Amino acid sequence: MFNASLKQLSTQLAEKKISSVELTKAFLQRIEARNTEYNAFITVNEELSLAQAQVADQMIAAGQASQLTGIPIAQKDIFCAKGWLTTCGSKMLSNFVSPYDANVIERFNQIGAVNIGKTNMDEFAMGSSNETSYYGPVRNPWDVEAVPGGSSGGSASAVAARLAPAATGTDTGGSIRQPAALCGISGIKPTYGLVSRYGMIAFASSLDQGGPMAKSAEDLALMLGVMTGFDARDSTSLQRETEDYTRDLEKPLSGLRIGLPKEYFAKGMSKDVECAVEQALDEYRKLGAEMVEVSLPNSQLSIPVYYVLAPAEASSNLSRFDGVRYGHRAKSYGDLNDMYRKSRAEGFGAEVKRRILIGTYVLSHGYYDAYYIKAQKVRRLITQDFVDAFKQCDIMMGPTSPTVAFNIGEKSSDPIQMYLSDIYTSAASLAGLPGMSIPIGFGDKNRPVGLHIIGNYFTEAKMLNVAHQYQLVTDWHQRSPV
Amino acid sequence: MTLSVNDVKRIADLAYIEINEHEAQATLGQLTDIFDLIETMQAVDTSTVEPMSHAQDVVQRLREDKVTESDQRDLYQSVAPQVEAGLYLVPKVIE
Repeated sequence: MFNASLKQLSTQLAEKKISSVELTKAFLQRIEARNTEYNAFITVNEELSLAQAQVADQMIAAGQASQLTGIPIAQKDIFCAKGWLTTCGSKMLSNFVSPYDANVIERFNQIGAVNIGKTNMDEFAMGSSNETSYYGPVRNPWDVEAVPGGSSGGSASAVAARLAPAATGTDTGGSIRQPAALCGISGIKPTYGLVSRYGMIAFASSLDQGGPMAKSAEDLALMLGVMTGFDARDSTSLQRETEDYTRDLEKPLSGLRIGLPKEYFAKGMSKDVECAVEQALDEYRKLGAEMVEVSLPNSQLSIPVYYVLAPAEASSNLSRFDGVRYGHRAKSYGDLNDMYRKSRAEGFGAEVKRRILIGTYVLSHGYYDAYYIKAQKVRRLITQDFVDAFKQCDIMMGPTSPTVAFNIGEKSSDPIQMYLSDIYTSAASLAGLPGMSIPIGFGDKNRPVGLHIIGNYFTEAKMLNVAHQYQLVTDWHQRSPV
Repeated sequence: MTLSVNDVKRIADLAYIEINEHEAQATLGQLTDIFDLIETMQAVDTSTVEPMSHAQDVVQRLREDKVTESDQRDLYQSVAPQVEAGLYLVPKVIE
């Protein structure tokens, strides 16, 4: 049951071989038994989960079930869920029981999916190792000495350890793809604007995008179908026809032109990762794909640009945490400004403060043009590189992360080294393109390696097809550490 | 670009985050490293490039000027640190 695909679970529920309540209890028991080891969940609420499972069973009995009805889904703690503690991994929100649902949560509730718990994450999604969480680091189920990646590290760890059949994540510069790679699972960040940001606690609004994390591309396709759709309450939500993301899964790949950005294969990638990526590309050649060398000449600037734009937007977004309407307020303070300063100093962790300070600086008088506007201009150049490269190929591939999972504590005192974990993922984020990671083998210390798949705008169905065909002829996605 | 401890303190002040001398010193070192990395983008000629503020070129949607939300003040104030009679309480700002 714990290794079953979403489709298999759905069939078992539809055929009444198991009820949603039974399924939910089984996962809750598994979480209870194993979460102390991984710290993947911040909040588990048996009462709320089982109430949803009962509703799901009624929906199934009444013939109102859709494919994910009754299936437990782990929700990243960045999504506001009514009645659930929603912390975003921060002391600032350690007392915040959300009075409303995010659009993503509403969508899962509507189809009768069960919220199995809120997953751990880097504080306010700022991090690549899940070490910045106020709730402590998450551990990688493949090796508990290793980080799970971040910021959606709890979701990745939960799926890898089979504590949940699937989970949600969010990705600003790589926060779905990098942890998916490091934990040996599949994850997709869709085209910017497809998943509503309403109720998804904001980090960098022009980059933040929700997406699913699961064992396989087929599972991702089902999850994406639930998560995407227009929402008037998100000003950047796109109005598009509803898509069935499973529609192209079975298509053959013959003639597929896979672009290999030469900059991603030039240097920086460790030997073990390179080896796994080459083997995966060979598998694609066998499936009938052809390789095309492409160039993304400005891609090496994506980290500098990202670390201007994301902190700038974060410093603005996080100004709402002032200890007045919700969140942490300092116990003792003098005047109003002192209350703000102390509440924010106590409520935010070191990495979040660091990014707020960077953002405040680049937006301040005299530096706005030199940093913020400059970064926005280079962002356009990075985006144009992709537009040009996609004239020569249908899809792009490379490593998701330059190395396999590193050890907990290894990079936590060196922000720059940590930031470079997202060297391959941040460019697609800046361009707003969909990106994905799938497991393709193991590297040093038997830790998982991920293949990064970048698609053109709105080609999620194609990307899922490309991933699914690989998963039909390999079994990396079925490997489990437990 | 060279940052000083006073710059760090000034930025922290703008960001409404209390910071002590020790934290300011530690932050200075980290921000200096980060800005060294950021500076690498200055080498690119962007004189003819338009800034890109968003991933999709969409125009801001407008909606009719009508009430769409119901009054949920009590619910929303249930998570506030300090309220009284429907008001958020903060230290006195006017003498």
